[in-house]
Amino acid sequence: MQYAILCYHDENVTCAWSKEEDDAVMAKLGVVMEKLTKQGKLGPVARLLPTTAATTLRKDREPPIVIDGPFAETKEQLLGFYIVDCASLEEALDITRELAAANPGGAYEIRPVGFFFEPPRSQSRAAS
Amino acid sequence: MTESNWIGSVLTAARPQAVAALLRYFRNLDTAEEAFQEASLRALRAWPKNGPPRDAAAWLIMVGKNAGIDSVRRTSRQDPLPPDELISDLSDAEAAAAEQLDAASYRDDILRLLFICCHPELPATQQIALALRIVSGLSVKQIARAFLVTEVAMEQRITRAKSRVAAANVQFETPGPAERAERVAAVAAMTYLVFNEGYTADVAEQGAKATLCEEAIRLARILLGLYPTEPEIMGLAALLLLQHARAAARFDRDGQSVLLDQQDRSLWNSKQISEGLALIDKAVRHRQPGPYQVQAAIAALHARAAQATDTDWQGIEQLYGTLERMQPSPVVTLNRAVAVSKARGPEAALAMIEPLASKLGSYFYFHGARGAFLKQLGRKEEARIAFDRAISLANTPAEAAHIRMQIDTLQAYGTQEVS
Repeated sequence: MQYAILCYHDENVTCAWSKEEDDAVMAKLGVVMEKLTKQGKLGPVARLLPTTAATTLRKDREPPIVIDGPFAETKEQLLGFYIVDCASLEEALDITRELAAANPGGAYEIRPVGFFFEPPRSQSRAAS
Repeated sequence: MTESNWIGSVLTAARPQAVAALLRYFRNLDTAEEAFQEASLRALRAWPKNGPPRDAAAWLIMVGKNAGIDSVRRTSRQDPLPPDELISDLSDAEAAAAEQLDAASYRDDILRLLFICCHPELPATQQIALALRIVSGLSVKQIARAFLVTEVAMEQRITRAKSRVAAANVQFETPGPAERAERVAAVAAMTYLVFNEGYTADVAEQGAKATLCEEAIRLARILLGLYPTEPEIMGLAALLLLQHARAAARFDRDGQSVLLDQQDRSLWNSKQISEGLALIDKAVRHRQPGPYQVQAAIAALHARAAQATDTDWQGIEQLYGTLERMQPSPVVTLNRAVAVSKARGPEAALAMIEPLASKLGSYFYFHGARGAFLKQLGRKEEARIAFDRAISLANTPAEAAHIRMQIDTLQAYGTQEVS
């Protein structure tokens, strides 16, 4: 079954990483991702830019209003996610532990995926 | 990342909020800074053992307050601060209570701290030095290196700045809306100064000065975090990100500066560009244009062009026209003329800048641009004179070298070249 591993961290802290520190974290995560890819367990992965660049569309009035910032203001922000294919929660937790070891601080939410759709390559717009 | 690096990042991230709250408490910059230093030292000892607190800033504020009070008390031989083990056992409940106390004034605290660093009484160089020391927490040594001065000289500069600020008597009461807006504008201007100090460095200084651009982006992010719906602050952050995104392409291997239209765009930082573009798009939705937004929009049009030939020069010309109306200046007109030369040809551009000769006569870029327009029009001799004048006014060897290249092509292609 598929799990989404949602990564939460204080973005003030991740933004305080130097380029070298950031590169080092990404390199370590890269090793884990490569291993998971070889095992055929890794789906889409995304790292999100700071919530100051985010916009929210709220439907509490008609027409919906567009406001600046993330949906929820919290100490830790959703900064990225991995989709993984695992046999059990235990396996998903093991993968999360490996990712966590490569990435200082923060917290992970391991959430089962209910619906997943991947558009065929030719139709999807190439990532820029 | 090692553990100490990681704690370092947490301390850096918590620093503005913690120092700002301690400043409100002690009303003295030196005491606030010392209290934060002391709290940081205790964090370095306690956190590896007990794990980091859930709210690092609240922890540092609480420990810093005690440490500051302790240093004041020391002279009167009162009870010392409890040992580390007790402090690091602060429960999250206690920290949460402390945080609640400070959360209310959180924004005004940080704004006050930032504003103190760019107090109108301070000359620009002192503003930058003070902000880097107090807000960013760079060491005097690091700042001295960035300004290419000795540590002693920088120490003196910062000390002078601090005593000026102390004498200026900044208000600790919650500012009114008008005063708050003034403070935000002053802090934005100071942030841009820090950025430009790093951005205008030539290749020899790049290593030392690159930090300044990154610190400026961090300051802009802090400001944006405080005022996430302020379009001009989004514009400022976007501008800095979009300009800094080109850093890796701005100099070639020999240290020559590479003009925008000749840069290898694959070297541009796509992450910073995405963030910058998202921010300027958000800002524009507010329909309250301002100079930072317009400049960011210009940078965005460059960033959106996959190749130099795809650049929307007409759009850029219009934006420079808008900027000219907001902030009339011969330099902005000169920039608009460059866009005009690309969009409509050198003749119109030359006609635009001729009236600027009296104001920009000693400005390197004026003669460089004028030479380029004349060259495109095939007026070879006049172009050469303009280029010679530009070389004599060049600020850096790279600038001079760039103009010499223009003269070389003048000789190689003669009057035949029409570009």
